[in-house]
Amino acid sequence: MDLDLTAADEAFRAEARAWLSAQVPAVPLPSLETAEGFSAHREWEHRLAADRWSVVSWPEEYGGRGASLLQWLLFEEEYYAAGAPGRVGQNGISLLAPTLFEHGTDEQRARVLGPMARGEVIWAQAWSEPESGSDLASLRSTAVRTDGGWLLNGQKTWSSRAAFADRAFGLFRSDPDAARPHQGLSYLMFALDAPGVTVRPLGRLDGKPAFAELFLDEVFVPDADVIGEPGRGWQVAMSTAGNERGLTLRSPGRFTAAAGRLAALWREAPQTAGPALGERVADALIGARAYQLFAYAHASRLAAGGSIGAESSLNKVFWSELDIALHETALDLLGPYGMLADDADEAPAHGSWAEGYTFSLAGPIYAGTNEIQRDIIAERLLGLPKGRR
Amino acid sequence: MRFLATAEQREFARTLDALLGACGTPAVARAWAAGEHKPGRELWARIAAAGVFALAVPERHGGMGPLPVELALSFVELGRHAVPGPLAETVAAAAFLERLGESATAPELLPRIAAGDAVVSLCVRGPFAVDADAADAVLVVEGDTVRRTVAHGPVQASLDPARRPARPLGGDVLATGPAVAAAAAHAVEVARLVTAAQSLGLGRALLAATVSYAKQRTQFHRPIGSFQAVKHRLANTLIGLEFAQPLVYAAALALAADAPSAGREVAAAKVAAGEAAHAAALTALQVHGAVGYTAELDLSLWIRKARPLRDAWGTPAECRARVLAAS
Ligand SMILES: Cc1cc2nc3c(=O)[nH]c(=O)nc-3n(C[C@H](O)[C@H](O)[C@H](O)COP(=O)(O)OP(=O)(O)OC[C@H]3O[C@@H](n4cnc5c(N)ncnc54)[C@H](O)[C@@H]3O)c2cc1C
Repeated sequence: MDLDLTAADEAFRAEARAWLSAQVPAVPLPSLETAEGFSAHREWEHRLAADRWSVVSWPEEYGGRGASLLQWLLFEEEYYAAGAPGRVGQNGISLLAPTLFEHGTDEQRARVLGPMARGEVIWAQAWSEPESGSDLASLRSTAVRTDGGWLLNGQKTWSSRAAFADRAFGLFRSDPDAARPHQGLSYLMFALDAPGVTVRPLGRLDGKPAFAELFLDEVFVPDADVIGEPGRGWQVAMSTAGNERGLTLRSPGRFTAAAGRLAALWREAPQTAGPALGERVADALIGARAYQLFAYAHASRLAAGGSIGAESSLNKVFWSELDIALHETALDLLGPYGMLADDADEAPAHGSWAEGYTFSLAGPIYAGTNEIQRDIIAERLLGLPKGRR
Repeated sequence: MRFLATAEQREFARTLDALLGACGTPAVARAWAAGEHKPGRELWARIAAAGVFALAVPERHGGMGPLPVELALSFVELGRHAVPGPLAETVAAAAFLERLGESATAPELLPRIAAGDAVVSLCVRGPFAVDADAADAVLVVEGDTVRRTVAHGPVQASLDPARRPARPLGGDVLATGPAVAAAAAHAVEVARLVTAAQSLGLGRALLAATVSYAKQRTQFHRPIGSFQAVKHRLANTLIGLEFAQPLVYAAALALAADAPSAGREVAAAKVAAGEAAHAAALTALQVHGAVGYTAELDLSLWIRKARPLRDAWGTPAECRARVLAAS
């Protein structure tokens, strides 16, 4: 058992650090949840890709560096420690790409991955529907067979940044007569500016137009844009859903960096802040370190030939609750400044606590609610009997 | 990096687990709580024969340590089986003597610790020494001075009946000077680490017992483990333990390397494992209902250990302060 880095890992980390310290914009980009911020972040994705830092864990032929999971974790630590911008391409990179690596065709990978890595095509996730959230398999949007492809109809919702994105991937009911709701679904990709698609932006809790509803009316999707076998969309979606809950969506680097910034806030806090707040800062530091070490163990297990399944639900609950506690503590430390939005004149200097706080509140909801994750933990990891659902 | 137990380490832990499982530890713990130490001493000898105490003792004194990682792995198993006695104190006393340097006591006591012939209590943070009445030696550190005694005041009843504190009395001064305080500080780190590991094992056992109870106990014509409120509490317990575990092993690695971060890592592990096991105990109690609230149920031995272990060798508040000061 050890926590030692090889010379190659150290060199990789040093190279990332050097690149980031030269390239990370000195002035933070505008929020990526706005039109202006979205395009600024798209340019940043392009810059990352130009020096092959956008998708380090992908094979080189698609713009990556073939980095190990551990190296990716190190990259993420460096990335967030450097205060680098949020990743506007992340839905594609962490959700669609793993799906294509596992279930896509060579043609799809060759066509989709490069532009994704370069930020030229930004992807939105179109899974949820107004009547289908946690019970995703009940979804009603349809894909009907037509010449050379499929016609999509229905409504998707809560699609993050779909108001600004280029394309979307989602699940559609292609066989309404299938015996069970999980059967007869297909996984498809479509353009958000295709004829028949209406995108209606929706303000999030903080008012930013980062959600969108998608209305689909006879939208044509060629066969080449179906991922996996038609009718087996559920299996395709679930085989990579763990990516969303687990490490790849929320790497420990985010939290070790945020906990470090929180500790800096604590050091500057007035004496009146009191020891109870100090304990919460300590808990954030401990939690971030625990998540980091858990990820190292996870990477070690995979490198030793193991696999990770329902364990990603442990991650999901842990990081989402850590994130809220950490941000609540920051706001408490900031006192009267804690309530100020990040673009307020007198907003505190260290990082975007207000936006971070509001965003953290969504963590227990998206990527499968924490209630659902706890069911998965209880049933699949502890072997408790299934209840009524 | 291979942040995973090696095959040998896993095998060592498995063997110890099997050995302890066959020893009827609940009866031993009950006897210990009643002040009958004989079965406890026999168990102690078997644990020593498995090599556990030798892990804390350097080779030149008849041991094979110090090996903090293997110590942590063994203490997880000792905790899992609710083994009674001043286990952490004995191991910490070995660390103390080893750090103190050559003295008359080290060559006398360390080989006996390694062999399982000496049960030692250590009192660094006053006022009590745990299980002094069962100990062959009690080391008492006050500031720059360490005394050795066997005398003690009346044994105090405690929350964990198998953990019996008493005030150490009298004794001869073994050493004085700054080296004593430094060795004691190191001993506290070791005690914290193995106590955290013990908590982790205790929590794992509490969870396992409670999950199996929840599968088998029915109410309203269904196993109680199918109720979501029960499931979610058990899921929370697993999350607490799963994220405490890597902190414990990282702390052991930091101590093994004598890293400057060791104090912080150990404190973090102590908070997380102590809190996780304590939460596991409260969940175990709640999910068992009234039967969990009985002394007859062996599980009570585990439930009652959790809170004292969480506080031993550094309360959560103290350990959080340590983490904060180091960052
Ligand atoms: C910030 C954010 C970004 C998002 N981005 C996207 C996106 O890009 N694309 C996309 O497709 N979707 C997205 N979503 C939607 C997200 O996937 C859903 O919100 C989620 O699946 C939950 O569905 P719901 O909101 O309909 O809640 P519901 O499923 O209606 O649940 C409401 C409440 O009931 C609880 N509940 C439901 N079923 C059970 C049960 N069996 N047991 C116990 N409790 C239960 C839930 O846990 C929750 O607390 C996003 C959501 C948020 C908040």
